[in-house]
Amino acid sequence: MKALVEILARNLVDNPGEVSVNVVEDAESVTFELRVAPADMGKIIGKQGRIAKAIRTVVKAAAAKEGKKVNVEIL
Amino acid sequence: MKVCEKSGRTIEDAVNSALAELGVERSQVEFAVLEEPSKGLFGIIGAKLAKVKVTVKATPVDRACSFLQEIADSMGIAVKLEVENSDDVVKINFTGDDLGILIGRRGDTLDALQYLVNLVANRKEESRVRMVLDVEGYRRRREQTLQKLAMKLADKVRRRGQEVVLEPMNPHERRVIHTTLQNNRFVYTTSQGEEPFRKIVIAPKK
Repeated sequence: MKALVEILARNLVDNPGEVSVNVVEDAESVTFELRVAPADMGKIIGKQGRIAKAIRTVVKAAAAKEGKKVNVEIL
Repeated sequence: MKVCEKSGRTIEDAVNSALAELGVERSQVEFAVLEEPSKGLFGIIGAKLAKVKVTVKATPVDRACSFLQEIADSMGIAVKLEVENSDDVVKINFTGDDLGILIGRRGDTLDALQYLVNLVANRKEESRVRMVLDVEGYRRRREQTLQKLAMKLADKVRRRGQEVVLEPMNPHERRVIHTTLQNNRFVYTTSQGEEPFRKIVIAPKK
């Protein structure tokens, strides 16, 4: 699932090399900390957070299959 | 991505023979010169052919498909993509087993994917290609369901003379209902509330 977050982010930004995802896992949930180049923040958040929301929706769908709660945080 | 390397007496010749082999137009490719041609001494000794590398540029549809394929792979689901071109939209349909995960609740996931694929495919493009995603004909089935629902509720409104408020829907789904009832003699439709909780009201005509 980490790969999924990376794929989504890399395809949206101008500097795919600077995309990194850190996974923080506890008993019932997984948090993906997504970092991108400062110039790409807008590309990953979007107007009114629309892109961020779409990313979260897709990642949550993938997580449903594995039965875990996920969060995607953009840092 | 398709690539072809060719040699020729001039750069022009080399590019043309690559285009012929790839079977594409000049506007669909970009090329790099690997070796400049040189006549050599008296045109005989040390003469070198031009060498070029011609790459077929990825179109928005190519980018869309590889992006979607990557997503499906990373989710561990096997899908096939069918692309259907019509005048102003490109329809991409997923086929495979157990694709409910790609649709999500009321098509939430499908809408999110569609939004993202439009962004990815049209990045750095001057003209925009609009893409519509579908999973095993889900959108068509959903449209039919909504049309039936609209007719049923319109009938109820007509009989009772009282308005009915539907559950929240996205713009596309609301549009289906508005369109279905726009020529109805007994009822009219409006929307109320703010996104994403905007909902349709079907009310009797006075």
